[in-house]
Amino acid sequence: MKKLLKFSAWTGALSLLSASALAADEAAVADGYKWLTFMVFGGIIALTMYITYRAARRVTSTSEFYAAGRSISGVQNGWAIAGDYLSAASFLGIAGLISLYGYDGFMYSVGWLMAYITVLLVIAEPCRNIGKYTLGDILAFRNDPKKSKTIAAISTITISTFYLTAQMVGGGVLIKTLIGIEYEVSVIGVGILMLAYVVFGGMVATTWVQIVKAVLLVTASIVLVMFTWAPYGFSVPGYFTAVVSDANVQAQVARLLGDAANNMTLEELGQRFLEPGLFLKNPIDQISLGMALVLGTAGLPHILMRFFTVPTAQEARKSVIWAMGIIGGFYLLTLFLGTGAAMFVGAEQITAIDKGGNMAAPLLAQYLGGGADSLLGNFFLAFVAAVAFATIVAVVAGLVLASASAMAHDIYVGVIKGDRATPQEQVRAARISSIIVGIMAIVIGILAKGQNVAHLVALAFAVAASSNLPAIFLTLYWKRCNTHGVVLGMLVGAFSAIALVMVSPNMTYPLAIKAAANKVLHGDAENSGALAKVEELKAKLPTITDAAEQAQVSRSIAKLERDIAKAQGDLKRYENETTSLVGLEKPLITLKNPGLISIPLGFLCVIIGSLLFRDKRSEEMWDELYVRQHTGIHAEGAHAH
Amino acid sequence: MSKRKINWSAIDADPRFQALHRKKTTFLWSLMIFSVLYYFMLPIGAAYFPELFRIKVWGVLNVGLLFALSEFVVAWTVAAVYAKRANREFDAMAQEIVKTAHQLVGR
Repeated sequence: MKKLLKFSAWTGALSLLSASALAADEAAVADGYKWLTFMVFGGIIALTMYITYRAARRVTSTSEFYAAGRSISGVQNGWAIAGDYLSAASFLGIAGLISLYGYDGFMYSVGWLMAYITVLLVIAEPCRNIGKYTLGDILAFRNDPKKSKTIAAISTITISTFYLTAQMVGGGVLIKTLIGIEYEVSVIGVGILMLAYVVFGGMVATTWVQIVKAVLLVTASIVLVMFTWAPYGFSVPGYFTAVVSDANVQAQVARLLGDAANNMTLEELGQRFLEPGLFLKNPIDQISLGMALVLGTAGLPHILMRFFTVPTAQEARKSVIWAMGIIGGFYLLTLFLGTGAAMFVGAEQITAIDKGGNMAAPLLAQYLGGGADSLLGNFFLAFVAAVAFATIVAVVAGLVLASASAMAHDIYVGVIKGDRATPQEQVRAARISSIIVGIMAIVIGILAKGQNVAHLVALAFAVAASSNLPAIFLTLYWKRCNTHGVVLGMLVGAFSAIALVMVSPNMTYPLAIKAAANKVLHGDAENSGALAKVEELKAKLPTITDAAEQAQVSRSIAKLERDIAKAQGDLKRYENETTSLVGLEKPLITLKNPGLISIPLGFLCVIIGSLLFRDKRSEEMWDELYVRQHTGIHAEGAHAH
Repeated sequence: MSKRKINWSAIDADPRFQALHRKKTTFLWSLMIFSVLYYFMLPIGAAYFPELFRIKVWGVLNVGLLFALSEFVVAWTVAAVYAKRANREFDAMAQEIVKTAHQLVGR
């Protein structure tokens, strides 16, 4: 009863929040249709709250809290992995990249699926067989438990915080752009919802929220693709012929290519959309990112944790197969969503609301439903916005649970209590840690408002690939690996990845920004600046008689004025700054993704550390680890103990 | 399964375990290396062989697009091949070892 009361207090606070959020400014959803969005939002929140309420009655032990009692089936876990993995960045971000840059956007999505080959072949089953709840448990099997749990917890919290910050900031911005809820209110709303799932429902509720989200996401995508593709009789070449012949697509390619487009035919411009090179310019960076994806996914703590929720290694295998089917299928659908948006909505309209293209899928939904003034169009848009919202909450819940388990299970129970805590103490520690992590996430989300966090997800993957993966992989497969190697490798891997990003072009360099802003305002040797152009156009405007041309010029003036405002804002914001966060005037390296350097370094340091120092326990436990990871003897069972 | 003491090094030395380990290692590594090479051919091809990627094959669909689509097929095929072999062969071999593991209890 006490639980139910606490629960209704939470939901009460939540509805208050959403009510206050109704006061809003301009956004993708028109004011007259906001009620529709809130209805769909409300429906999803109510459903997940019911799930949490049911789960809360079940979650009384650590096995339930961290691993859903190992009662999740392979198929369910496959959907949950997809729900945990497909963040708003992949749903809206990749569809957006495809809508703006065509082929390069699609190519970018391939690595995210390929990553699961590593998970399937080398990580999922052995980890299920020897692990319990966390990354720390896997490493502590043969390495010194206190040292390896400490380093694993630090790494887990670091990676999850990077990922979490990107999700919170991205989510806040996204909700504001979609429905106009204030940024801070969105962040607090997402935070409270996610806390409710994790604190009351633990892994049971988190799993089901992720499953619901994945089903909604896939359903929404399938419906949109049906509408996009049907007019072409579901023909592949027919559809893509329409894409390359589309005027919006051709205009976008011409814009991207600039002067190079001058002597190309319309047909060539359209075809260029399906060819590489419109977005990704540096192949070394692509390879570096590819390495971080392919090796990093298998080291992400919130993904690893999902394998402890199934009863056996066979079910873990099945869950990766399902996840690969869902994730791959989803990325194939985004190819249609992106190209569809490029045709029907057009890059100009997509970037008018959001420069990164995140609005491509929502605007496509609105178009397919009948446009901005139709009820169905707005229902579609509301549904996609709600799915994006569910996506953010589900991913964030998984991240918070991973951090909280590192804090409570590895550090508090494992290191501080020396594994001598009562089950009640353990569950309490898990809940308290979740609240701490959740509140931290909300605070970070609010503090990081307006920061460029897009590279933080890539950084999370790079750290996971450079620190966690070498440690897990060599612990599982290399007889000589030991505690010293693991500690050294994880420290060097993580620090080198972070340090390389700190000196990379990803950081903000005030001098470069100011130079770019000045160029926009005052132009350079060849082109006049926006200030001069806008004066010129304003002088021209009264002399134009043709209405269409007049509208066109007015639009150009509005765009130039926006550019000027942004450039002046940049100049003012960085007025007294000359160096980046780490005191550099310009980047030291050109590499944006550190994986190419930091991943080999991580592996090398595990090997060097293991060879230089000896550790008796690591050697003695090898036979047991090796037999157990292959046979599943003594694997943690489906029942709480 | 009871948590009786098991003689792990005896299982490790068991020829059946050695056979399982050998088969699994070769199979997994060949799949892994193949997948990684196939994946990296995509960014490398797009960057260094753009002319090849531009060749139209099926209507307006070019080599690059079909190659990117083939990555999905390859990923799914590798997963299916592994699952089939593991379900049919590796699980049975491991089960055999598990069944007799208790006879190897260290006394």
